[in-house]
Parts: sequence; C-alpha cells; structure tokens
Amino acid sequence: MAIVFEKPKSLTDAELHYCPGCTHGIIHRLVADAIDTLGVEGRTIGVAPVGCAVMAYNYFACDMVEAAHGRAPAVATGLKRSLPENIIFTYQGDGDLASIGMAETVHAATRNENITVIFVNNAIYGMTGGQMAPTSLPGQVTQTSPYGRDVATAGYPVKISELLAALDGPEFIARVAVNNVKNVRNAKKTIEKAFRNQMEGKGFSLVEVVSSCPTNWGMTPDQALAWIDEKMIPYYPLGVYKDKSAEEATK
Amino acid sequence: MAEKVLMKGNEAIAEAAIRAGCRHYFGYPITPQTELAAYMAKRMPKIGGVFLQAESEVAAINMVYGVASTGKRVMTSSSSPGVSLKQEGISYIAGSDLPALIVNVQRGGPGLGGIQPSQSDYYQATKGGGHGDYHLIVLTPASVQEMADLTSLAFDLADKYRMPSMLLADGTMGQMMEPVILPEEHVNRIDKPWAVTGTQMQRKHNIINSLYLVPEELERTNFERYERYAQIEKEEVRYESYMMDDAEYCLVAFGIAARVSKNAVVALRAKGVKAGLIRPITVWPFPKAPIAEAAKHVKAFVSVELSMGQMIDDIRLAQNCEKPVVLCNRAGGMIPDPAQIIAAVEALKGGND
Repeated sequence: MAIVFEKPKSLTDAELHYCPGCTHGIIHRLVADAIDTLGVEGRTIGVAPVGCAVMAYNYFACDMVEAAHGRAPAVATGLKRSLPENIIFTYQGDGDLASIGMAETVHAATRNENITVIFVNNAIYGMTGGQMAPTSLPGQVTQTSPYGRDVATAGYPVKISELLAALDGPEFIARVAVNNVKNVRNAKKTIEKAFRNQMEGKGFSLVEVVSSCPTNWGMTPDQALAWIDEKMIPYYPLGVYKDKSAEEATK
Repeated sequence: MAEKVLMKGNEAIAEAAIRAGCRHYFGYPITPQTELAAYMAKRMPKIGGVFLQAESEVAAINMVYGVASTGKRVMTSSSSPGVSLKQEGISYIAGSDLPALIVNVQRGGPGLGGIQPSQSDYYQATKGGGHGDYHLIVLTPASVQEMADLTSLAFDLADKYRMPSMLLADGTMGQMMEPVILPEEHVNRIDKPWAVTGTQMQRKHNIINSLYLVPEELERTNFERYERYAQIEKEEVRYESYMMDDAEYCLVAFGIAARVSKNAVVALRAKGVKAGLIRPITVWPFPKAPIAEAAKHVKAFVSVELSMGQMIDDIRLAQNCEKPVVLCNRAGGMIPDPAQIIAAVEALKGGND
C-alpha cells in the first residue's frame, strides 16, 4: 500500500505540549517538511526561543540550541559564523522577535546573515498567560490591556515584515498564514523557499506566520481561525514583502 | 627561544587568544578595551577567523553562546558597563555548561562611572554576576605577560571544566606597554561530543539548553555543577606569595594593586617592618588555603583594592575572621600609591605594639 501521508522525519516522537487548536503544530510540521524535502536534517541546527515554542528543541530531530528571550538571531549568527556549511534556523514568537529581540532581529536582517527565521505572530504572549504583545491589534483585549489595546498609551502594533522589507540587507521577507488549507499550502512553499535561499547562500530569509492562540484569545479553535481572516490579515496583509534576488533578476 | 615583543596589554590578550586557537571574536566598542577589538578586526580576516562588531553587548555574548555551542573557542571583551549587559548571556552559557572566554578590562563605576582603571567588578566576577547559582573561573593578570599567559590558560580551563572563564583585568593592564613573550601556538583539542554540529544522521540530536522545568532535574544539574566547582577549588587555585615566610603583615592584592603593594612590601622591609604579599591570580577559585595559613603567623591582613572593599570579604572568610583585615583602597579610577599602603601597615603596627 502506498504511503500518502506521514509524520516528517525531522520531527521527533515527542508529544507536543501545545494547547488544542494552536497552530504551532502546523508550523512545526511545515518547517520539518522543508528540512525533509531539502534533505538537510543532518546538517541543520535550530534555535528555540523563549515563549510557547521554548521546548521546540524536543520536537525537532536536528541539533538544537535554546536561546535567551529575543536573542535567537544573535545565537544563530554565532552558529552560522562558526559552521557556514550548516543550515541554521530560528523559530520565534512575537514577544521574542518583535519586542525584546527587536535589535537582534533588525541587525541580523541588515547584516543579511545567511539564516532562516520563522516568526510566529499570534498577537499575544501565550506562554505567560495572554499579555499584550507588540503585535496585539488596536483594541485587542489581553491580560495587560484589559480595556483593549489603547494606541494612545500602548502604541501601535509592530508590522515586522513591512519594517524589515524597508532595509537594504535582507534577502527575503514574506508573510503567510496557516488558518485554512490554501494558506497552509502557500506557507509550506514559502518556508521551503526561505530554507532554500540559505542553501543557495542568498542570505537572511524571514517568514512571518500569522497564527492563532485560541486559549488566550478566549475563542474556540474555529473562531480563532476565523478571527485571523476577519481581524489579523486585514492588519497584517499576506504576501512577499521583499525578494532581493527576484527583484534583481527583473531589473 | 621565543622572541620578546613590546605590546599593549589589550593587544597581548588578542594575540594570545589567536594563538590559543580562538577564531571567533564578538564585541561592542567601549573604553578602555578598544585596542583588543581593533587588533581582532585587523587579524581575524587574515587568518580565516571571524571578527564581528555586534549591535550590542547583549548580542555579542549571545553570538559567543552560539559559537560555544558548536564547540569552538570563542571570546568577547568589554569593560564594566558592557560586562553588566553581558550577564544574562553569561548565565545562560554557565547554565548550558559551555566554555567561552569573557574579558573585562574594568573601569570605575557604578553606572557609566568613568574610564579610568578599577577593580570594582570583583563581586560581579567572583560571585556569579548574573542570575542563578554559578561561577566563572576568574583570572587576574598583573602584567602584560600575564595578560597573554592567562588568556591561554583561561581557554584551557574553560574547555576542561565546560564553563565560562573570565580574564578580570583593569584599565591599567589594558593600556600599559611591556615586553612580552607570546605563548606558542597551541590548540588544546578536547573532545566535545556535546557540541551541536549537525547530527549527520549518525547520532541522536544534541541539545544546548539551560531550561529544566522539573525542579528535581534542575536541582541535579546545580549539584553536579557544584561538584565540578569543588574540584576546581581543589585543583586550580593560583597565587603568588611574596616575602610571606616570616611576615607579620600580609597585604592581599591582585592586578595593578598587587604591583603597587609589592613596592610597598620592599619599602616596609627596608624600614624593618615584616610585610609580605599574597597575590591571588585566580580570584575564583580564591586562594583560601594560603590566606588561612598566613593567619597562623601574621598580625593582620591589608586588602589593597581599587574598589570600596570587595575582596576584603573573601580574606575574612578564608581565615574565619581569625585576624583583623583592614582596607587600603582608592576608587573611581584612582590607584593607591605605595605611601598610602605603607601608612596603612604602620598604623596597624602602632595599634599592635
């Protein structure tokens, strides 16, 4: 009998700790699929963040390093500079990448560090119980914005893809979502491209994945996926924000 | 015989690090250690190494963490305010049992402080510095020669015990020029099966990590680490003893303070005062045994420091406060002169006689 679907080899057998309905599991799978497809598991080193994905080091079968909060791009820089032939990726959430790690993110991008960054944007701090994130939407109710995010005092959400695309350095910046089959398929292709770019020596490739957090959004999984369409994507439009090689090819 | 060259202390560290096989350096500009980074910026690209000026000290130490995870020799250098910023990363490096070298060319503090020499990061260096239970192996050079020699040693000890080491220098040591015989090229190749280099599909994945959510497991890692520390305290203490055999007054000082103290010992001896000096070369592990031994025959200790008195606590503890310890210090970038030390000993003598 032909096997039509199986667990990616780059994932271990460890049971994921994520909440029911959380899309981290899908994104883990897409990253592992990319590693499998490109056949690079044996030379890949991943960097786990602080946040919900902190224990990603137990789930990916490749070598893994656990970084301090926000520092994954700096740790990945050290790994890549030490082992240029290896494939280095970071897997980070919005608090990690867009708040405390903003400097590391921007500077790894502007150096065009040849690494792959998977940025999971679910507009909330999940692991610590639902606080306002740098990407929480205006008016979004969280534990630390109980009356809704007031942009007058808490400022506006950070649009990472738009911000990084304004830099000359990075190779590839794209935003995808994983709330329906079509979007998942596109996310899969985009993540694979972000890894292939690194293999081809093209440089810093970041994929922002608009994700859900039913637990801390206070929704059912279905409602959360719908909320991505209704609220998140209008604020965070999907698409390729920068593709330096493609842009240069068309010049 | 190896050639003697004239070098600044900061440059001697850099060249010694390269000769010890370090090919990765990450830093952020700060006075008074800039020559070290400048030297690395010039040399590393010529020898296939990596010099990277990071966006911050925080990023630099995390780049160090990344390279250390791959098992290669790696270092960063900074000065006091910058080393404070590195503490988070140092704690992670210690918690993940990784070898790395951190150089602190100390300047006066607290806060932005000044840019003149100081030893006021002693507590931070010897008691851990960041959060959690851990130590660094801390070496304190008192000459440009030792800036080079102790850099080599710091790499070797870090590898041997799988932990970060620190070269705790000061602005004087960094800036002064002296003849130095540079160490021979040596790469102490220790097997590092724990390193992340890619599984090559030949082994289970390696994980570099300091997170243990099960308290029993975290406790176990702490106890295991402290067993290693106990071994280091037994085997890696280094110090210099000067005119201590019949000493009645024991000066204790490291770095530039030890050089001034040595002059004071000579002057006191000329006056017929039986003074001696214990110069810790490792301040963690602290030379407790020689201090305790000295307490058997000296009348008092004098802690000579470029701080408000930090090492003085360790001198008291090393001999269970058996003999009095007085502080002879300058702070904020000032350096005590021999006359101040002589006066401190003579004051003690007056009290005793």
